[in-house]
Amino acid sequence: MAQPLGSEARAGLKLISPTAIYVILLLAVPLATVLIYSVLTGGRGNVSLPITIENYAELWTKAQYGYIMLKSLLVALTVTFITVMLAYPVAYFVSFHVKPERKSLWLFLITIPFWTSYIIRVSLWFVILGYGGIVDSALASIGLPPLNVASYSLLSIVIVLAHAYAPFAVLPIFVSLEKVDRSLLEAGQDLGESRWITFLRVTLPLSMPGVIAAALIVFIPTVGDYVTPELVGDGKEPMIANVIEIQLLKLQNFPQGSAFAVASMLMVGIVSVLFVLWNKRYIGGQK
Amino acid sequence: MKKAPILKGYTLFYLLFLYGPILLLPIFAFNDSKVVAFPLKGLTLNWFAEMAADQNLRTAAKNSLIIAFSVSSISTILGIFAARASVRYNFPGKAPIMGMIMLPLVLPEMIVAMALLVVLLSLGIQLSLFTVIVGQVLICTPFAVAILTSAFQSLDRSLEEASLDLGETAVSTFRLIVLPLVMPGIMASFLICFTISFDEFIIANFLGSGKPILSVYIFGQFRFPAKVPSMLALGTVLVLFSIILLGFAEYMRRRGIAKAGGKDSGGLL
Repeated sequence: MAQPLGSEARAGLKLISPTAIYVILLLAVPLATVLIYSVLTGGRGNVSLPITIENYAELWTKAQYGYIMLKSLLVALTVTFITVMLAYPVAYFVSFHVKPERKSLWLFLITIPFWTSYIIRVSLWFVILGYGGIVDSALASIGLPPLNVASYSLLSIVIVLAHAYAPFAVLPIFVSLEKVDRSLLEAGQDLGESRWITFLRVTLPLSMPGVIAAALIVFIPTVGDYVTPELVGDGKEPMIANVIEIQLLKLQNFPQGSAFAVASMLMVGIVSVLFVLWNKRYIGGQK
Repeated sequence: MKKAPILKGYTLFYLLFLYGPILLLPIFAFNDSKVVAFPLKGLTLNWFAEMAADQNLRTAAKNSLIIAFSVSSISTILGIFAARASVRYNFPGKAPIMGMIMLPLVLPEMIVAMALLVVLLSLGIQLSLFTVIVGQVLICTPFAVAILTSAFQSLDRSLEEASLDLGETAVSTFRLIVLPLVMPGIMASFLICFTISFDEFIIANFLGSGKPILSVYIFGQFRFPAKVPSMLALGTVLVLFSIILLGFAEYMRRRGIAKAGGKDSGGLL
């Protein structure tokens, strides 16, 4: 630093240093290590020089890696779309049709399931959808044939993920709907627009930042989900996280696993940036 | 308020979808049958008895409590430092440092776990409950920072200035004025981190090297059909436990906002 730090800057840095040092040592350094490993050569459990781009070349040429990434992307985007579509009317209802003093109670009700054991919820779906499980036995008791949903691995993964991350989507949409200036809606209707047109032309565009934030919040954890494909999909349809585990832990191929992890992060990053850019359009229009 | 029967009906249906699987927990936990399926057979407490007698389960629960208690304490302390610094001071590198602290919120958990694991393995560090704690603190700290930031933001700066003017030192001002006012935020942060850690699976599984930890144990047991009913009994207990904990956290958060004279602006997230 060329100029000496002011007393405020020093006090601030001193105060944040325990947390900063913790995340630098235990998050930044490990992430950097993965980045470095991804361009090294290596076999079982060790890495060595020289630096190479072979690991990335293999990701590019071997179809299975591209397939896994594309599949994870499609599953995550499908889940995101379903979750956001299902959540919007709920957020709209709580924002526009619930008395102000009751709103936080409704939000609390919606968020509770999210805080109750994730592993129990996902495992429950395994019992619900599984062969001879709750859905099929309920159908059998009223004389219908079994659906055997669990045998469609991807479908059951989508159902379970859409359920697991549902509450994530409601909150950001709710927050953006709360910010919509109610007088604009009256103006729209005074000018002779129907309620539906007012919604399409005023409310929906104004709430888009919340919708896109919701999409992002659902997309990131679903694309990296490990438990659901492993348990509900019975490991038959591995997604990114499962392949990272296989490469790094089971095969102990650190460079290849690291390269796959970096490439996946890059993919997640690119999709997230696209979401954010899309969002900019609406935020820009609001001012 | 305008009435919207269709929207309201839809919302109630949505809540049913959210709660459906959880409502099945007690139904089948009390059902007198080894098979988790309809039709229901009759009432029993056997599954709760089997759960209570399971020695491995007790070890796993004890380990989970140790981990959750350590993680929530450390994360909340680290969160206090970061939230206080970011609300109160401007300093160079603030944005990248805060970004790094909050990063685990937008990073798939598997990446955090694997990056840390690769380093631990390369350094030859033995995996243990301690490594799980270290990893989960990374995941919980962003939540602690988010909760505590809003607690520190709703703090009236003039109260601190008054205390300093009246001759208290910076440290005693923090202890006597700031700490009591943000205490509800600290409690909420502790409880939320406790819940997240208690429930966390990925880091517990990969950085725990097969040590019995509750979430990992549950994940394993669901693969054995004979074990499922007692796991449902356990699930019933856990759901009750976390609803009580969350209700308490929400109560604390609201009391904190009311105390600082602010306005309630939403739920826990």
